[in-house]
Amino acid sequence: MNIVVCVKQVPDTATERKLRSDDKTLDRDAVDGVVNELDEYAVEEALKLKEAHGGEVTVLTMGPGKATETIRKALAMGADKAVHLFDDALHGSDALSTSYAMAQALKKIGFDLVILGSESTDARTGVLPAMLAERLGTPQLTLANKVDVDGTSISVQRLTDYGYDKVEATLPAVVSVVEKINEPRYPSFKGIMAAKKKPVETLAVADAEIDAAQVGLGAAWSQVVDFAAAPPRAAGTIVKDEGDGGAKVADFLASKKFI
Amino acid sequence: MSEILVLVEQVDGEVKKVTLELLTLARSLGSPSAVWAGPGVTAEAKAKLAEYGADKIYVAGAEEIVGYVVAPKAELLAQLVSAQSPAAVLVAATAEGKEIAGRLAVKTDSGVITDAVGLGEGFVAEQSIFGGGVNVRSKVAKGTPIVAVRPNSTAPVAAAGAGADEEVSVTLSDAAKSARIVERVKQEKGARPELTEAAIVVSGGRGVGSAENFSVIEGLADALGAAVGASRAATDAGWYPHQFQVGQTGKTVSPQLYIAAGISGAIQHRAGMQTAKTIIAINKDPEAPIFELADYGIVGDLHQIVPQLTEEVDKRK
Repeated sequence: MNIVVCVKQVPDTATERKLRSDDKTLDRDAVDGVVNELDEYAVEEALKLKEAHGGEVTVLTMGPGKATETIRKALAMGADKAVHLFDDALHGSDALSTSYAMAQALKKIGFDLVILGSESTDARTGVLPAMLAERLGTPQLTLANKVDVDGTSISVQRLTDYGYDKVEATLPAVVSVVEKINEPRYPSFKGIMAAKKKPVETLAVADAEIDAAQVGLGAAWSQVVDFAAAPPRAAGTIVKDEGDGGAKVADFLASKKFI
Repeated sequence: MSEILVLVEQVDGEVKKVTLELLTLARSLGSPSAVWAGPGVTAEAKAKLAEYGADKIYVAGAEEIVGYVVAPKAELLAQLVSAQSPAAVLVAATAEGKEIAGRLAVKTDSGVITDAVGLGEGFVAEQSIFGGGVNVRSKVAKGTPIVAVRPNSTAPVAAAGAGADEEVSVTLSDAAKSARIVERVKQEKGARPELTEAAIVVSGGRGVGSAENFSVIEGLADALGAAVGASRAATDAGWYPHQFQVGQTGKTVSPQLYIAAGISGAIQHRAGMQTAKTIIAINKDPEAPIFELADYGIVGDLHQIVPQLTEEVDKRK
């Protein structure tokens, strides 16, 4: 089975994240990049499926030059090879452009199964897996907390507000996974060393037959009008419990008409 | 007035509160048309939609719309966009709502904005990003604005619309019928409101100490008619089911009132609750960052304070 796992480099949540004043995009240079946490579950699921069914796991990343750090991490976990979609023309792409560029790259790579994390911790739109399924014309098996493959059949448990839906489809398909579907492995020393020798192919826009007019900030389907640091919340009242803390909170709730 | 499509969210034929919020919002920007996707519409549901301002109610009652994952609803909306040329499409910013919005955006070559917490003239949307640290105003630059609006972004206000209903038939493509839902498993959730929709959320964290002790959190939630949430520390420890995790990798909530008990308030947690209107923190560590957000905070032992609060709430009802 030919599995492509999509991995994004995101700014470390623990650092202060900013938008650039010049083009209102995320300032990726100013912060440390880490693997999007939810993508680690996607990589683990891809590796487990490969271990069970054979085949190959390819990492696909779209991002700036330093996203290679993220590629190496996924390779160190055990993926076989990687494709880095990297072109200045892609800077500032919104979800629509990104899904278009990724879909073009996926068509070029070829796949039986595409696996992604359910969302990224920076933009948090959660739309990319669904957009990819739409663009590729393949079944959308998203928000999965269990994935089973049997030959060319695939079934997942899709999390819903009321529990889950059992969903079935035929490969090729696009899967997104939620947190806790598995326990992502830590790269071993051997894995880290091996990752340095694994092939990483860089694709520019033209290589993947991506129309440059459809990507990047200029092509974005949505625009940031303006932004500002959130005003600090007005300092609240903090009191020490003197044995009547519960009653005091109740007084506060009553003053705000919650009770 | 220009037409604005609002995709109805419903459970067993009952219209969810977020849809009434979306209708309220749509009314301030144009003429709302509710879109009912799937079977099960009732006279009561139609009356409710009209009561909150729906001038039109499109009913696409075919069973197959709900038999497959997401894609049929996106095709239904795309068909309506093409036929009616609405000024905008609003959906609830639930996980599924955002997926529908995403596919619809691709289909109609339109921009999409997710997790809006406000929407104004020209469909300029307000968003709160980076864990609540930055407020952004965005707008769609191409096509029909598609906006996924977070529950609790506005208070639902009734104001009757014409409520004219219209049957819609949709022809689904083969691609839309490729991910079959073969079984729906409903897990017991009791009488509590849904976490992302609830007006009040009571969450417990590391300070709760054990799975058994979550009954204290549940007791307060039930007294207030609230949903129960948990921090990642609590769900990782196995004290509370993972689907109730509030935070960056879990659910994002934006309730009127959020009570954090035994939660320190790490950025991962704040990212999921910072847009709550009123925040109360109960923690024994006076240095806990959650107090920076709190409108009211009590430094002390939640095992003393929360039961006392529950008792007081019951007493004052």
